[in-house]
Amino acid sequence: MPAAPAQAAPRSFGRVLDSDVWHSFVHSPVAMAAALVAAVCVFCAVFANVVAPHDTQNLATLELADARLPPAWMAEGKATYVLGTDDQGRDILSALMFGARTSLFVGVTSVLVSVLLGVSLGLLAGFVGGRTDAFVMRVCDVMLSFPAILVALLIDGIGRAMFPQAHDTLAFAVLVVAISLTGWVQYARTVRGCTMVERGKEYVQAARVIGVPPLRIMRRHVLPNVMGPVLVLATIQVASAILIEATLSFLGVGAPPTSPSLGTLIRVGNDFLFSGEWWITIFPGGMLVLIALSVNLLGDWLRDALNPRLR
Amino acid sequence: MLAFVLRRLVQAVIVMLAVAFIAFMLFQYVGDPVTNLLGQDATPEQRRQLRADLGLDRPFPVQFARFVGNAARGEFGLSLRQGRKVSSLMAERLPATLELALVAAALALLVGVPMGVYAALRRGRFGAQVLMTLSLLGVSLPTFLIGILLILVFAVTLKWLPSFGRGEVVALGPWTTGMLTVDGWKHLVLPAITLALFQLALIMRLVRAEMLEVLRADYIRFARARGLTDRAVHFGHALKNTLVPVITMTGLQLGSLIAFAIITEQVFQWPGMGLLFIQAIQFADIPVMAAYLCLISLIFVLINLGVDLLYFAVDPRLRIERAAGAP
Repeated sequence: MPAAPAQAAPRSFGRVLDSDVWHSFVHSPVAMAAALVAAVCVFCAVFANVVAPHDTQNLATLELADARLPPAWMAEGKATYVLGTDDQGRDILSALMFGARTSLFVGVTSVLVSVLLGVSLGLLAGFVGGRTDAFVMRVCDVMLSFPAILVALLIDGIGRAMFPQAHDTLAFAVLVVAISLTGWVQYARTVRGCTMVERGKEYVQAARVIGVPPLRIMRRHVLPNVMGPVLVLATIQVASAILIEATLSFLGVGAPPTSPSLGTLIRVGNDFLFSGEWWITIFPGGMLVLIALSVNLLGDWLRDALNPRLR
Repeated sequence: MLAFVLRRLVQAVIVMLAVAFIAFMLFQYVGDPVTNLLGQDATPEQRRQLRADLGLDRPFPVQFARFVGNAARGEFGLSLRQGRKVSSLMAERLPATLELALVAAALALLVGVPMGVYAALRRGRFGAQVLMTLSLLGVSLPTFLIGILLILVFAVTLKWLPSFGRGEVVALGPWTTGMLTVDGWKHLVLPAITLALFQLALIMRLVRAEMLEVLRADYIRFARARGLTDRAVHFGHALKNTLVPVITMTGLQLGSLIAFAIITEQVFQWPGMGLLFIQAIQFADIPVMAAYLCLISLIFVLINLGVDLLYFAVDPRLRIERAAGAP
């Protein structure tokens, strides 16, 4: 089944068009609008070096004479800088795209890491049970009794203290580890619950009877059946990972200024709020809300679409 | 009942010990205290001497026990950055954070509950729809953006309210308060709204959902059948039964208010514990980080414990189930 031959591709595409999920997608204006917004944001972020009108990564191209220009529609604005410029003459629109790229990169990477961690631990806890289960679940309980942002801040703080001369890449690693160590709990709990249900079903018993090793049962038989809720959770968690990243960066303990994320841009722009240059901070903020909101709406829709009880 | 309380107490102690252990590991392995004190070019002999003086050559459990003992008395040593005792630094900052969190909690409750009741009773009407949409926005906007927007509107554009610091404070012994001066209250308005908004939206949505649930219950229909006024049904019967989960949630949320205060304090440069903690993270100031970690965990554990016990006292069903389930 996974290794589909080449001529099967159009047929499986047709199957997607014919599926319930696609049907509910086409009939939900909110989901389509959210998907459109998210797609545009992701496209601009991924292809920032092609799409962006100015190369903000390259300091040599910046014109200090063009610093702090308001958006183009205001009196002093220039048409080349649609959303204005910051204190060093960076084009805000281009900075937004590169910033969104950093934010999305950190968000998606940390969700992937926490899915990997959470699903493995949840499968193990649910399938093995006993002491392992009790231990994993106690750790989850303790972590859940603290707000996510606090846990992330603490792990981030410990990481920064351990590597005081953290370079760019290391700073991102610390950030990803902090966010994913905060997020895995949700997956572990969900997967554990589903696994405990699946464990008692006939197909698992049958697999046991014919002597399939436990690890293989977990991976090939149970895992595909518990992935639905994980997918929904992961979509919503991308939004919350992006928000946590932005908050950490805003607090000055996240992405380094050399490759700013949306949070870093907001932090930098915040200093110019009082001199009336609102656009330096409000546009990155708007972009952040736009991404988080559209991803959240998509996640909500996906949850309803995949929930068989609502059909 | 006693067994339940004891078990929760033991759990709380275990969590606190785990947190203390993390804090202890921070001291032990992140940044060498001997190098910090002596500098890079001390002789091995000096190092060994200091190690012995500080008790760092003692067995691990002994060191940990001593750390826990000190932590229990609030002693975390000197701040690496400011060179002052961590305990006095924290004591200075605590009032600012607590005042902010309490005002925000009061605001969230006093506004959130009535709005939730309104949204439930007027379900489907225009006003309720507007409230629900606004609350969705309140839940999805990140705290720091709310703060920035409030500053932009009320401090920069309209120039009505100050945007940073606590303003004029009055010292009542060791406690400094901004709640006795007009200036202090003015400084409190924007941070408190920023911190409260998320909780307010959350409480409102919760009250609405619970209220709708309760309004469908049989005893409400019965109360209506008895010919009670809408007012008596809504506020005497429905609201009262709605409030139990709301109180629990609010109790648990009080802890997260203190945690989210970190962000609010950064936006408004509010001189509380959160600002201290953020600076500690930026400068890898381990003693301050460890002290904050222990203090905030203590607050959380106490709140969780209190809510659990309160729940047990308030909801008779829990007691009966446990009594029936006991051997």
